[in-house]
Amino acid sequence: MAGAGAVRAIRDRIKSVQSTAQVTRAMELVAASKMRRAQDRAVQARPYADRMRSVLLQLAGYAQSVDPDELSPLLQEREVKHFAFIHITADRGLAGGLNANMNRMGASLALEHQPNVERVSVLPVGRKGRDFFRRSGFPMLAEFTGLGDFPESSEVLPIARIIRDDFIAGNIDQVYIGYQRFVNAAVQRPTVRQILPIQPPEDATATEEDDGRRPVDFIFEPSPESLLETLLPRYIEMQIYEAVLEARASEQSARMVAMRQATDAANDMVSDLTLTYNKARQESVTSELLDIIGGTAALENA
Amino acid sequence: MPLRLSIVTQDRTVLEQDDVTRLVVPTTEGQITILPSHAPLMASLSIGEMVVYTPAGPDPIAVHGGFIQVVDDEVSVLADAAERASDIDETRADEARTRAERHLTERAADTGEAIDLLRAQAALQRSLLRLRVVRRRRGTGVPASR
Repeated sequence: MAGAGAVRAIRDRIKSVQSTAQVTRAMELVAASKMRRAQDRAVQARPYADRMRSVLLQLAGYAQSVDPDELSPLLQEREVKHFAFIHITADRGLAGGLNANMNRMGASLALEHQPNVERVSVLPVGRKGRDFFRRSGFPMLAEFTGLGDFPESSEVLPIARIIRDDFIAGNIDQVYIGYQRFVNAAVQRPTVRQILPIQPPEDATATEEDDGRRPVDFIFEPSPESLLETLLPRYIEMQIYEAVLEARASEQSARMVAMRQATDAANDMVSDLTLTYNKARQESVTSELLDIIGGTAALENA
Repeated sequence: MPLRLSIVTQDRTVLEQDDVTRLVVPTTEGQITILPSHAPLMASLSIGEMVVYTPAGPDPIAVHGGFIQVVDDEVSVLADAAERASDIDETRADEARTRAERHLTERAADTGEAIDLLRAQAALQRSLLRLRVVRRRRGTGVPASR
C-alpha cells in the first residue's frame, strides 16, 4: 500500500538522521575535550615564550650597540628575492570554514608577494594546506603532515631548522608564518607574522617593568653576541611552536562548533520529519479505517 | 632573601620554587653557583646536572642546554629540556645507556656515518646525565662521567 510505504520511508529517514546526530554529537564532545587539552598546552608553553621575549629584548639592546654587520645574519634585513611562508592548517576537515579560510589567506599572501619577488614558495604544515598548495603550483620548501593533535615542541624543530638553514644559505630572504589564532572557543582569526629576518619582540610588557632600572649591568657568559647567537634559533622554534599550538586549539574549537551546528540541524530535521511522519501515519490509518468502514457498509448493503 | 627560581621549557614549566638558597648550574663556561644577591647574569647552559638547594634539601635536575638569566634574585632558566629526578625512569635511562654504548662500539669498528656517531654520543651523554641525576637523588653511587 502506498500510504504505508511512505510512512516506512519517513521512519527510516528519521532513524538515519538520528544516527547522524549521534555521530556529530560524539564528535562535538571529543573536539570539546581536545580543545581544552590543546588550550592547556598553549597556556603551558606561555611562560617560556614570555621569558624568551623579555630576555631577547634585553639582549637586543646590548647587541644594537655593536656594528650592524657583525650582527647575527638572522637579524639582517636584505632585499627580498625569494619569499617563503609557513602555512599551518589542520590534517583533517569537518571543522567548518577553518581550513578554507586559512587556504584563502595563504593564497592571497602568495599572490600579493608574487609580483614583487622572483619566487614565492610555501612550507605547508597540515594536510589540508598541503593539498591546496599542491594544486596551486607554488614550489614547496618541505611539507609536514601528521603532526597529530598535540604535537611536542621537538616535532616542530625540523621546520625551524629548514627555514633557518635556507635563510642563512641565502635561498630565502624573508619568511612569514600564517596560522589560525585562537581567540576564544567561537572565534579563530587567520594571522600572519614575520619569522625571518627576526624582528625583536615588541616592548609592550617589558617597558613598564623595566622602567627606571634599565639598563641592568649584566655579566654575560660568554658574550652578548654569542648568547644572542644561541637564543635566536630558539626564538624561531618558539614562535613556530606557538603558532602550531594556537592552530591546533583553533582546529578543535572550530570542529566543536561545526559539529554542534550539525547536531542541531539534524535534531531540527528529526522534529520536522517526526511531524511529517505522524501526519502520514494518521492519514494512512484514516484511509485504512475508511476502507474498512466502506467495506462493512458494502457488505451490509448487499 | 632566597632566590625565586623558575625552570621552563618550550612545552611546560618544570619547576617553580621561591625558597632557593643555592643553585649550582652547568654553563658553557663551566659550573657556577648562584647565591642570593648575585649580580645580574645571562649565560648559556650546557648539558649537565643542575642542583637546586632549598631548606628541604637538594633537588637534582637534568638540564639539556639552554639559557639562564639572573636579575634581582629572580632566576629564569630557559631549558631546551629539563627533567627532575622524580620524572626520570632509571631503568629506561640505563637501557638507553647500554644501547648507546653498543652503538658506539659497533660504529667504532666500521667507518660509520658521522651523524649516527654524533647521535649515539649525544644519546649516551643524555642517558649518563639522567642516571647521575636519578642516582644522586637516591643517594646511591654516581656513575663516573666520561
